Amino acid sequence: MIIVALFTVSLFSAVMLAIIGDRRLAAEINILASFATFVISLFLAVDVYHSGGMTAADNYFFVDAFNVYLVVLTTFVSTTTAVFSRNYMRFERAHGKVGHKGMRFYHAMFQMFIFAMLLALLTNNVGVLWISMELATLSTVLLVSLYRTPSSVEAAWKYFILCGVGIALALFGTILLYFASEKVVGEGTQGLLWTNLILVSDRLEPTILSLAFIFFVVGYGTKVGLVPLHNWLPDAHSEGPTPISAVLSGLLLNIALYALVRCKVLVNKAMGSNWAGEIMMGFGILSLIVASFSLLRQKDVKRMFAYSSIEHMGIATFAFGLGGPIATFGGLLHMLVHSLTKSSIFFTVGHAAQISGTQHIANIKGLIKANPLVGWGMVFGVIAITGMPPFGVFASEFLILTATMKYAPMLIPLFMLGIAVAFAALFRKMQTMVFGDPPEVRQEISAAHVPVFLHMALVLVLGLYFPQFLQRWFLDAVEILK
Amino acid sequence: MTFTAQIINVLAACILLTSFGLLVQRRIYGLLRIFAWQGLFLSASTALVAYTAGMNHLYISAALTLTLKVVVLPYILYVLVNRLNIYRDVEPLVNIPATMLIGIVLVIFSYHLTAPIRELSTLVTRTTLAVALSTVLLGFLMMITRKKAVTQIIGFLALENGLFFAATSATYGMPLVIELGVALDILIAAFIFGIFIFQIRTTFDSLDLKEMEKLKEHEGA
Repeated sequence: MIIVALFTVSLFSAVMLAIIGDRRLAAEINILASFATFVISLFLAVDVYHSGGMTAADNYFFVDAFNVYLVVLTTFVSTTTAVFSRNYMRFERAHGKVGHKGMRFYHAMFQMFIFAMLLALLTNNVGVLWISMELATLSTVLLVSLYRTPSSVEAAWKYFILCGVGIALALFGTILLYFASEKVVGEGTQGLLWTNLILVSDRLEPTILSLAFIFFVVGYGTKVGLVPLHNWLPDAHSEGPTPISAVLSGLLLNIALYALVRCKVLVNKAMGSNWAGEIMMGFGILSLIVASFSLLRQKDVKRMFAYSSIEHMGIATFAFGLGGPIATFGGLLHMLVHSLTKSSIFFTVGHAAQISGTQHIANIKGLIKANPLVGWGMVFGVIAITGMPPFGVFASEFLILTATMKYAPMLIPLFMLGIAVAFAALFRKMQTMVFGDPPEVRQEISAAHVPVFLHMALVLVLGLYFPQFLQRWFLDAVEILK
Repeated sequence: MTFTAQIINVLAACILLTSFGLLVQRRIYGLLRIFAWQGLFLSASTALVAYTAGMNHLYISAALTLTLKVVVLPYILYVLVNRLNIYRDVEPLVNIPATMLIGIVLVIFSYHLTAPIRELSTLVTRTTLAVALSTVLLGFLMMITRKKAVTQIIGFLALENGLFFAATSATYGMPLVIELGVALDILIAAFIFGIFIFQIRTTFDSLDLKEMEKLKEHEGA
């Protein structure tokens, strides 16, 4: 019942916001709606915590420790993003970057996007998962081109075509999966339910599943942003409005990875080996290396952090590919802390770009003097995302590194190289932006500081102290993903 | 092989033929016509599978294909092409023989890839899975080789045709909920494509995607 309420709120508010349009309270309603979904998701989480996984609405939906934590994360980050976007979009509106229609569309699609992500997470049906992933793309694609500049239209077109084609391949994978499962489970919807597939996974035909997994990796991997399928990601992140960059980076990539991990567990069980995991490890390490070297030559600040997202998704993909309790635990934690850190970085970057009137790194200077909280927000964000202690990213990367040391020691140099290069690149570029004197001409903004520091505080806490309930949650999830 | 199975195979061959047709057709009206034909073959083969296998829900997806792929989408594109006055455009295609050869290689590759599955399948339609995969890959090839926005859209839709064909040929169709969802997604995608065409037109003054190559790594910029 709670699950249905979760969908109703986001879908209903999408419709509501489409009707309300660009009125004064639209942004507040957006915040309220996101917050309502967050509260409902907390109830759901408590339920799952006490009674374990469950299915709802005639097996259409299911929750377990793995997806419920992503649901809470998704609703939480979307709430803080809604708070941030209130200030951010007001500024953009005042400077004539978006019009009347644009704002109506923006708010409605923001809620639609949340709905699509929640559906992807909670559905029990592999086919519906595909449909909602496609819906998530469709709802954001026109948001990327919201400003109607030539480069934003180009970025949106690229995003649409690449993700559309990629996800089409995932549908082919889904068809193959159904082809294998209908022999075991029987025809009809039953053959596509995760809960059924997991039960019969060792009886599914391994040759078909291995072929299906190739299509899943290419399909959902495009959305995760794995190299060499990542081309859309930096463009879409740098050209769209910053709140959208924050949710794309912090949430959508996680959802795509979630889909991939579910497929990997299934295929591994059918094949009786870690074949699928090895493919993910390959893609993960390649993404880490390529993205970290790409970081070095970025001139655009949002583009740079987009590459940093590719790098971190690479690390998480690698961790899930490696498998085993420690690496999986590390991967889960990494998804959590990366999502929190990266969205808070995009919040500060958005404000920094508004202050300086440009996204060009060379022209952003002296943020600490111009607006101390934005400046320090960026300093802490970069320290956290590069994996410095005491922040949570350090903990997750350390766990993954430990597991790599044990199971795949040959990959340690590559892994370390990627992290070190990313650290050097980000740290150097951050310094020129925050220190020194700000330029004479700059915009006054009313920044939303609460989301940034709330996220940073959470990441800091996760680095120092790991709460009991979260630990039990993750251990349950590790058990599911074995 | 029964008579109906043979007809299904003939229809599969027709779908493959139309994919190659799309690959080398230069005129936009011609492309739309071939695309509609492909939809018609697809719909006919789906209906035939529904008849032989006695799967009633496949009739619905056949009807869906007929309305969407043969009537609605070609019509939307037709209106769009007329409205934008681009129906006279002839796309310069480099090296048609080479494209055809790559296409043939892709077909052989698909047959090779699906070989293990063909042996497992007992369905009437099992031989058509390779054709479905070929259609998907040829749609890909079309999207790569074409530089105009409208032709890329047609390539994308042809790719989706291949997926639908895979769903019917390999599995007697996905459950109806899924097919309806997929159809809805494709419809939304088509509308977004339409909106995009106008956005590209107004921002770039051209529908040539060669204009849209600004966003690269800005080395030394």
